[in-house]
Parts: sequence; C-alpha cells; structure tokens
Amino acid sequence: MWKHHTKLERNSLPLVLAILIVVSIGGMVEIAPLFYLESTIEKVEGVRPYTPLELEGRDIYVREGCYLCHSQMIRPLRDEVERYGHYSLAAESMYDHPFQWGSKRTGPDLARLGGKYSDAWHRDHLIDPRSVVPESVMPPYAFLANKPLDYRDIQAKIRAMNKVGVPYTQEMIDSAREDLETQADPFAGSAKFLARYGAKAQQRDFDGNPDQVSEMDALVAYLQMLGTLVDFKTYQAEAPENRR
Amino acid sequence: MTTQSAQTDAAPLNAVLLYALTGLLAFGALMATAFSDDRLFRFHGWIFIAAFVTALSAMTVGLSSGRFRSPQDQYADGVVRAGVIATMFWAIAGLLAGVVIAAQLSWPTIFYFPEAGWLNFGRLRPLHTSGVIFAFGGNALIATSFYVVQRTCRARLAGGAWPWFVFWGYQLFIVLAATGYLAGITQSREYAEPEWYVDLWLTVVWVAYLLVFLGTIWKRKEPHIYVANWFYLAFIVTIALLHVVNNLAMPVGLLNSHSYSLFAGVQDALIQWWYGHNAVGFFLTAGFLAMMYYFVPKRAERPVYSYRLSIVHFWSLIFIYIWAGPHHLHYTALPQWAQTLGMTFSIMLWMPSWGGMINGLMTLSGAWDKLRTDPVLRMMAVSIAFYGMSTFEGPLMSIREVNALSHYTDWTIGHVHSGALGWVGFISFGALYCLVPWLWKKDRLYSNALAEWHFWIATLGIVLYICAMWVSGIMEGLMWREYTPQGFLANSFVETVSAKHIENVIRTLGGLMYLSGALIMSYNLWRTIRMPSQAPVAQAAGPAPALVAAE
Amino acid sequence: MSGLTYETVAQIAQQGGLIYFGAVFAGGVAYALWPKNREAFQRLAHLPLQDHEDPDVEA
Repeated sequence: MWKHHTKLERNSLPLVLAILIVVSIGGMVEIAPLFYLESTIEKVEGVRPYTPLELEGRDIYVREGCYLCHSQMIRPLRDEVERYGHYSLAAESMYDHPFQWGSKRTGPDLARLGGKYSDAWHRDHLIDPRSVVPESVMPPYAFLANKPLDYRDIQAKIRAMNKVGVPYTQEMIDSAREDLETQADPFAGSAKFLARYGAKAQQRDFDGNPDQVSEMDALVAYLQMLGTLVDFKTYQAEAPENRR
Repeated sequence: MTTQSAQTDAAPLNAVLLYALTGLLAFGALMATAFSDDRLFRFHGWIFIAAFVTALSAMTVGLSSGRFRSPQDQYADGVVRAGVIATMFWAIAGLLAGVVIAAQLSWPTIFYFPEAGWLNFGRLRPLHTSGVIFAFGGNALIATSFYVVQRTCRARLAGGAWPWFVFWGYQLFIVLAATGYLAGITQSREYAEPEWYVDLWLTVVWVAYLLVFLGTIWKRKEPHIYVANWFYLAFIVTIALLHVVNNLAMPVGLLNSHSYSLFAGVQDALIQWWYGHNAVGFFLTAGFLAMMYYFVPKRAERPVYSYRLSIVHFWSLIFIYIWAGPHHLHYTALPQWAQTLGMTFSIMLWMPSWGGMINGLMTLSGAWDKLRTDPVLRMMAVSIAFYGMSTFEGPLMSIREVNALSHYTDWTIGHVHSGALGWVGFISFGALYCLVPWLWKKDRLYSNALAEWHFWIATLGIVLYICAMWVSGIMEGLMWREYTPQGFLANSFVETVSAKHIENVIRTLGGLMYLSGALIMSYNLWRTIRMPSQAPVAQAAGPAPALVAAE
Repeated sequence: MSGLTYETVAQIAQQGGLIYFGAVFAGGVAYALWPKNREAFQRLAHLPLQDHEDPDVEA
C-alpha cells in the first residue's frame, strides 16, 4: 500500500496538477481581462433588458435551435454592413444570457432583423418558409401559432436573469406577468409598461390572433426588436472611446 | 471506494456504497419529479427514476449472487466489452441523425413535418453533434481508456463496481441529453447543450471516471506512466474543468428545466468557444491521440517511433491548444487583442499537431507492407493522415483574412468532418476492430473482406463529404461578398442558399456511405463476437492469417 | 477593478507570456531529453508490445 502511495506522490498527482496549471493559465489570461478591461464593452445608450414577452420569445428561439443556422453578429466587413446593417457592438449583447452570436449562416444573420419585415411576413414565413421564400431550406414552425405561450414561470425567469446581473428592478420582477400580457394586447393601457421598458418597446398583437398569447406572439416580438435598441444615427463609431 | 478493499467478499464495500447511493438518487429523483410543475423537468425526472430503479434491481440481483467480486488477478474487461458495444450502437445512431439533417437541407419539402417540431433541424442537429461526439466518441474513449490503462499499468481497474457506474452513468447522460434536445431542453451552447441538472449529473460521473482512472494508475508497477495515459488524463482533467466553467448557470428554479448562463454577451461567447475549441482539443484530439499511442504500435507490432517526441508532443499540444478558442470569434465584437492571441496560438498549433502525426505514421516504419494486407492498420494510418490534413487546414482557417471568407460557411462544416469522420471516426473504428477479437478471445475478425469494404466505402464517403463542403463553403463565402460593376451586392442571401443544393445532395450521399460503412463494421464485429472462441493451441484455419491479433 | 487599461495588461501579458511560454517549452524538451530518462523511455516505448494476459499482482 505504502509503495503505491509514494509512486502516486512522485508521478500521477504532479502530472494532474501540471496539466491543470497549464490549461488554466491559458484560459485565465484570455478570459479574465474581458471582465476587467473597460474597453471591452462600449458605452452606448438604448440597450435595455428584454421585456418579459421578448424574453419568452428568446427562450423559444433558443429552444428551437435557431442559433444553429442564424448568426447574430455582423462583422465589420463591407459586404456584411451593406447586407445586414451596422456591425454588431459588444454592448448590444451585454444582457444576452447566453449569447446568441452563432457560428454558421445556413440562413442570414438576424442581428438587425427588427423592423425589416412586417409581423404578417414573419408569421407566414415561420408557418411555411417556402410560401414566401421558395428556395428556403428552413424548417416550418406552424405549431407556434396554435400553441398558447406557457408563461407561468415568467417571474422566476426575470428573477433568475436579475441574479446573473441583468438590471431588472424589483418593480419589473413584480409586474412581469402584467407586462407580458400588456405587450401582446394593443388595447391594454401601456403607460406603466412603456415607463419600465422605454418608449421604443413595441406593443401589439404580434401573431394577428387576439384570442390568445401564443408562442408565435413571443417569438415575433423578440425578432422584431433585434438590433433596434442602439440608435446608430447618434452612435460615434470612430470616437476614440469606441475604438477597440 | 478504496481500491483494495474486500476483494473476496460477495458484497464488497464499493458496491454496497454504490447501491446505497443509487437508492438515495432514486428517492431524490422521485421527490423532484413529484413536486415539479415543469412538464419538461418531470419528463426527465421519469427517465432518472427509471434508470435508478433499473440499476437498483440489477444491483440487488448482482449483490446477492456475488457478481461484484473483483479478482485482482484478472482484468476488468466486462465494462470494456459493454463500452465497445455501446460505441457501435451510438455511432450508428449519431451518424443516422447526421444523414437525416443533411437530407433535410437537401430536400426540405420532404424531410420536414410542419406539426412535428421535435423533428426540425434545430432539434436534430444537437442530437447529431452530441450523438457522434459524446455518445460515439465518448464511449470509444471510456472503453479504450479502461482497456489501455489496465494493460499499461498491468493492474485491474480500481473501484470495483464503480467503472460500471461510470459506464451506465454516462449512458444515462447521453439519453437525457438526446431526449432533452428532441423535447427542446437546451442551453444553446454548442456541444454543451444539456441543461444544468444534466450537467451536474455528468460532473458526478466524470469525477468517478477520473478517480477510477487515477486509482488504476496508482496500482501500477512501472514507476513511469505510459504516454497514452498522459493523453487520457489530460482529456479527463481538462474536460472536467471546461465543462464546469462553461456550464455555470442560474436555474430558473430548483425544479425547473431551464437556466440562464452566468455570463453574458462577449464574455459568454469567449468562454463558450474556449470550451468549444478545447472540446475539439482535449476530447476529440488528446483522447484519440491516446488511442493512437497504444493501438497503432500494438497493431503494427512496432514501438512508438520516438517516445521523446511523444512527450514534447504532449506538453506543447496541451499548452498551445487551450489558447486557440478566440479564432472562432474573428471580426466579432470580441476585442481584437483576444482575436490576435487566438490566431497566433492556432498557427503555432500546427507544429505539435504535425509532430504527433509524424510520430504516429513513423511508428509504421518497418511495417509498411502491412498496410497492403491489413485494412485495420490501413484505417488507422489514414486516420493519422486525416489528422495531419485537418490540423493543417485548422491553422489556415484561423488566419483572420482566411477566416473572413470561411467563417459562417460550409467550409467550417467540411473542416470539422475531415477531423471527425477521418481522424476520430477511423482511429476509433481501428481500435474497435482490434479490441473485439482481443476482448472476446477470437484469433481474427469474422471477415477481412467486409473490413476492406468498410474502409473503401467510408473513405470515399469522407472525400465526397469534404469536397462538397469545400466547394459550397468557398462558393457561398465568395457569393456573399460579390459586387456588381455598379457597386451593389451581386447576390441576395437566398441565391447563395439555392446555389448549394447539389453540394448538399453530395454531402448527404457521402454521409450515407460513411453510415453504411459503420453498419458493415457492426455486422462484421457482431459476427466476430458470435464466432466460436479461440482454441488455445490449434490455430483456426482462417482465410486471413495476417490478421491474427497481437495478443 | 476598473482602472485596468489595455496597455498595462498588454505589456504584462507580452513580456510574461514570452517567459512563460519559453519556460514551459524548455521544461518539456528538457524532460524529454534528460539522459536519466533515456532508459525508461526505451522501455516505455515497447510497453504496448509486451504480452500481458493478466494483471501483475504482488504475490
């Protein structure tokens, strides 16, 4: 027994330790500065936490694996900026837990999808992609329109997001359900909702079906706000503090 | 789980501990399932309960009939045999999922079902990636590591019943991950999609795996540790570290299947690709290099070409790999210093990779003639060649200017598959072809001709696959940036989609051929297992004496 | 912890990194070439080739 232990101390544990040290240093040197360097994330105006309905829509986006075919990261290359819009800023995904930058464009980038198409187009496209884009290879998501959104745990979701650092206020957590229902209902009083999430937050019946809040409502609400938060008419990309 | 305890006892301590733990887990799973109001969480709760109750019943029978004895003068090969069968099974499942999603991209009107969301590309794609990486690759790694560590340490696996816990615990992880993807339970972190409670379960299994592996090493007689075990250790230890850090998340509730990543945006992206790239580096490279450093010398009956080179290979590989992650984020909102660092180390990575390739291929020197007669050795040699090719292509693609073209395109997919199908797949198939006759005490494979068929069909399949992806990837990359003489973008996005149709079809065909090869292998190995056992003295008059296993 | 600028981090990382990288590489090569290890490595290189049907248990 003792003989084994001397061997253990001589060889295998130092080996494990050396492996751990070598692989940890590489990771730490690359990752840790991102949390501390001021220049990592630009200071911009307009980026706000997701509304409850948008957050539910984002969870559907994650659930369906949209990120596997669609990026949300426009690179600062001439063709991308002309095709999709201003290149993506780090600040635009600062509340994205987890990030949705993606790694593959089987379909186009979605970082600035918001406002490019009508709600009706999104609805038709999600139900049957080939009805509006004949050559598309995207899967159909017809079931979203019929499926009522299950938002029983929306408050817990907002609270969890708050715990990982998204600046939701206690008021936002408390009124999560109300805000979700308000955003999907064009006839609901919007003053409090807009006060909490800003005047640019969009309130309407996204799926065109007033009878229920469907998963389609949530997903379209999310898609319609993508990339719309930062006002690039006032953003100074060339200012020294924004160059990295 | 002391390793030396109670070897002759019918109910050794390690097995009793495992039994008690399983009972506790079954109770915990039952409670969690009963009190959760999350439908998806309950679904997985039932799978947990079924698994733990099955394990409990099996262990009850096993403990009462003395099956948990671990005689120290015999290798624990039962768990390796189970691992070999699981590897074959998951290979076919994972490859089949790949063929299906390739067909979906080729013929979307046929292979999509509007009301069956769980069969959509977005749900099936993680099923394919996790299926081949973790189910097929992971089982191949666990099975071969258990085989190799015993032989190179000349000691029975440590932990008595715990290697079986590692095996079945890992299968449970795979089932939870796979069913979760189909049901829409995902963290959306590529190659780390399973949700928080599945991640916790894998952590427990993985710690047990590390302890079994280390415990076996502690029982060795040779003062030095054979280099293959270094690679296995680096794989196990680093994957543990990567897995834990990358999966840090805040569950929506303790009885809720959903969680939010602890990190956000740019930091989250780098942590994910630090994980993602090192899943390639330590799971798909270091682990399979361990396989190479044992099975290639063994099969070729030649010593490792340069043992010194293997040591330099090891340290430079693990040192450099860990830095290479940021090359997945070129031109993104990741600060440029991090991109440059990632690119620099990625290019440097070419050197240790080729050092390893040379060491593997040169081990065959003096045995080159065997490549003609032994399809198994040829398969392993070709896998090393593919390793060399994809580790040249990788550094090339990590150069920012090249990456500007290749990123987001099918080129990346082709690159991954030359590594996965060529390197990982072929070295694993080679190891399986070696292991089955050794483990089931046969003097040869059932059919050498079928192994030849497997080799040629699969090789042709890989070539079709990666050539199709090179063409489609470079084509779409160029089409995205093509301008008309008037200075407008020449192509709408969907034109670049429809332009790839024929390549998608060829890719599907290539994948189908590779899958057919795996099916042929499974049939061949199954028939090998079913052959009458090796007679100790009289040599069976097989048609292929060249294939007599080294043992 | 917000006073960290890119320049300070870069300087530390570039100088320290060079030393660290050199040290790890030199250490690995030294271990591989250390004369005392030569015999053990020769033995290890042949390890997979030796037959061992059963574990080596102490008598």
